[in-house]
Parts: sequence; structure tokens; C-alpha cells
Amino acid sequence: MDIQLIANFSYILSAGLFIYGLKLLGSPATARRGNMFSAIGMLIAVVAGLTATGIVDFKLIILGMVVGALIGATAARMVAMTGMPELVALFNGSGGAASLLVGWGTLYSASGEPVSTFTAFTVILAILIGGMTFTGSLVAYGKLSEKISSAALVFAGQRFFNGLLLLALLASGVMLCLDPSPNSIWFWAVLGLSLLIGIMAVIPIGGADMPVVISLLNSYSGIAACAAGFAINNNILIVAGSLVGASGIILTNIMCKAMNRSLANVLFSGFGSVKQGKAIEGEVKPISVEDAYYILEAASNVCFVPGYGMAVAQAQHVVKELGEILQKNGAEVSYAIHPVAGRMPGHMNVLLAEADVPYEQLVEMDEINPRIENVDVAIVIGANDVVNPSAREDSNSPIYGMPIINVDQAQTVFVLKRSMASGFSGVDNPLFFNENTRMLFGDAKESISGVVSEFGS
Amino acid sequence: MEVVFLTFILVLSVFLGFELISKVPATLHTPLMSGANAISGITLAGAFLSAGIGLENSQMAAYLGTVAVALATINVVGGYLVTDRMLAMFKSKKGGTK
Repeated sequence: MDIQLIANFSYILSAGLFIYGLKLLGSPATARRGNMFSAIGMLIAVVAGLTATGIVDFKLIILGMVVGALIGATAARMVAMTGMPELVALFNGSGGAASLLVGWGTLYSASGEPVSTFTAFTVILAILIGGMTFTGSLVAYGKLSEKISSAALVFAGQRFFNGLLLLALLASGVMLCLDPSPNSIWFWAVLGLSLLIGIMAVIPIGGADMPVVISLLNSYSGIAACAAGFAINNNILIVAGSLVGASGIILTNIMCKAMNRSLANVLFSGFGSVKQGKAIEGEVKPISVEDAYYILEAASNVCFVPGYGMAVAQAQHVVKELGEILQKNGAEVSYAIHPVAGRMPGHMNVLLAEADVPYEQLVEMDEINPRIENVDVAIVIGANDVVNPSAREDSNSPIYGMPIINVDQAQTVFVLKRSMASGFSGVDNPLFFNENTRMLFGDAKESISGVVSEFGS
Repeated sequence: MEVVFLTFILVLSVFLGFELISKVPATLHTPLMSGANAISGITLAGAFLSAGIGLENSQMAAYLGTVAVALATINVVGGYLVTDRMLAMFKSKKGGTK
């Protein structure tokens, strides 16, 4: 009894440390310390968890922890910063799967007696949310790593089919509540349907909407932990799970706002599978590396606008190099980052931080737009939809209403691009045909390196 | 009564979560997600119950629990390490490289 009391007090302590850790994440200067506090909180919770009554055999626990720690540490060390979205997707998936298994394991009690109806209900929630998170994250991982097509997959009757799945799940869930045995056919139905629903939920979502999906799955992995906490009557799982759930929901909300779309629209519309909006005609004006150098040499205010293309080309280091040269040349340099640039929230910030860009130079969309007219050269690197003026001007455009970085209002715009292909949303970009736009075709990394060496010569 | 108590905790933590997270700047959203991932590995504390139930009591629960322990540990260890790796890269102009 006493040790249980100590364990419960330890849980309060670790909850406090999680909360304090998240609070320190409010500024880049204190964030690292915050993560440390959070980790200490986790350590305390894990030790306290090991003292729970009913644990009679530690061999399997140790085995699981050693295997998990090895895999986790290897993944964390090996991953390249550009591969971060994929890693986070996989972590979301393993969190979901763990909650699913905890729920499943709860159905087998040591005494062999069936669990109560309420517990059965929470177990079903843990299996449903955990299972959805697991398979949904695997599909998201596949799309992010381009192992499967990142385009939205929609088919006729998709909603009807998904509706049927949900009804079937509801029916199986009710049956399982009435007879909560892990051997019943209803259990397998709930498990199978949950996994299937996760797949069905993510396939209709296109690559450009991945920041929303990852945030949402992040939230689900927390909610699944919460449900598992209810199933086994554990406070710390509920507190920590709901913190994560809230975090994911806020990020999801920020991402949706940044695209001016509702969550329902992102989840169900199959955006990106259709091409519409008016076609744009005009002439693009290419520019050579040499001419780009002459313009940049004379510029006193330069703003980089990175997008997913910068991650693909691994161009962050040369971009930073160019930024430093321009700064030495007397120019004011900033990096404007759209909330949905890249494949996950904050993706570009991490890449630029990796290249040692001080975080003071990273500015948000709302900060740069009012003073974009003072920018002599805006350099768009592998971004497309987030700088597409159609979002502002063409009410027929599918991305109409989405807030963008108004680079077209800068004095000159350089667009670094491989070819004239349209962005992930499949929408044409009138920016490329503007009077003040110059296209620098080719690999972003090579183009920038070219400009850098022009400065050197 | 237990359910009411647990729900009480749930509601308060959700509100607290909203308050805390809305103060995190956009620059740190990726570390926030991976850090949150690490926290969601708290399922580990629950997985112990199944994994440690004892093979003589229920083989199935013990094996399911072991896999759950492994998966949750991946989240905890991997999540905290990768978050730390990322946060270490965020440098200010002052304490910077120059």
C-alpha cells in the first residue's frame, strides 16, 4: 500500500515536470532545458510504473525495454534532418500501436475473469484510436517517403464505404461491450476495422496536406494513450496523453488556418487530386546565375522563402552560406517561413537551424508581409503554393483564400525551380509570369552554389 | 466515482495543454511534435502491467505487453533523443558560431 502511495505521488511529480517542460518550450533559448525536464519526468514515471502491484515477472519488461531503447536511439541518431517528417510519422505510429496493445492486453486479466463493461468500452476506444493512429501513420510514412504515391486517392463511393466501416465498427463495439472476451469474433472485428479505418482515413489526403495529417495523428497518439489510461485506471497516462492530444489539435488548427480550410475539407475533400482554376498564359523570364549575382550584389534587403524543394535538394547549407555572404555585403537578410511550408509544422525552421541560421533571422508570414515591399530580392527556393498570388486574386483557384507570403510585391523575385511543373496542389502559379519575376532553373543547391562562387570570384 | 475522478483530471489537463501549447512559437513546432511523441510514450507505464503479468497467468497478455513495452520505449528514447538533437541546433546570434 505504501509503495503505491509513493508511486502515485511520483506520478504527480512527473506530470508537473511534463508541464514545466512544455512551458520552457515557449522559447528556443530554454527549449532544450525543457526537453530535459520532460525526460526526467518520464524517468520518474517509468520507475514508479515498475512498482505497480500485479507485476510479477520483470524478464519480458526488460527484454522489451532493451529492444525498444536500441531501436529508438538508433533511429534518433541516424535520421537526417530532412527525414524528420517520416520519423515523426513512424513515432506516432508506434505510440498508437503501443496503446492498442495495452488496451488489448487489459482484456486478459490475471484472474481470468472478464472485465467490466466500462473497461471494455475504454479498451475499445484504445484499440480504435491506437489502431487508426498505427495504420494511418504507416500510410502517412509511405506518402512522405514516396514509397507510395503521395497524391490523394479518391474513388467513387468512398464516403459511403467509410460510413459502412464506421457502422460496422459501432455494431462490433457494442457486441464486444456486452461480451468483453478477447476470444470473441467481435474483438477481431473491432481490431480489423480500426486498422482499416486508419488506412481509409489517410489515403484520400494529398501530399501538400501532410502537415495537417501528421499533427492530427500526433494528437491521436496522445488520445489513444488517454484511452489506455482509462482502461487501466492510470492517472499519469490520462494527464500526459491529454497534453499530447491538446498539442496535436492546436497544431492541426494552426495548419488548417494557414491554408484557410476547415479540417473536414482537408480530411475528406481529396484536395490535390483535381486540377482546376484558370490556366495562365504568358512568358517566363529565365535568368542566369551570373545575372542573379549582379542583382544580389546590389541588393540591400534579401529575403529567402524556403519550401519543400529546399529539403529535397538539401540546399539549406548553401542557402545559409549565401545568406552570410549577402550580410557581409551589407544586405539585411531574413528567412520568411510559411506555416505549411514543408511536410510538417516547423519543418523549414529545423532545416535552417541545422545549417546554423540564427533563429532571430527566421520570420513568420505575418511579420514579413507588411514590409515585403522593402525587400529588394525575394528568393523562392522550392516553394510554390505558399507564394502563389492566385490565392489572393483568383476566386476560382482551389487555393483561393489561403494566406500567402506576398513575394510578388517585392521589388524582384527569384524563383529557383527544376522545371515549370506546378506545385503539389496541381495549381498553376501566375507568380512565374510576373514582370518582376526571374526564373533560375536547375537544381536549387547547384544554382545557389553557383551564385556563391560568383561572389567569391 | 473513479470514473468521475479520472474525467476530472482529463478535462483539467486538456485545458492546461491548450494554454501551454498555444504559447510555443512556430519555429519550435517540429521539436514540439517529437517531444510530444516522447511524452505519449507514457503508455509504457501501462504496458508494464501486461508485460509483467507473468507467463503462468496469461501468456497472451504477457507477449502483447512485451511488444507494447518495446514500442513505447522506442517513443520515449527516440523521441527525447531526437528532440534534444534538434533543439541543440537552434542557436541565437549571440551565443552563435561567429
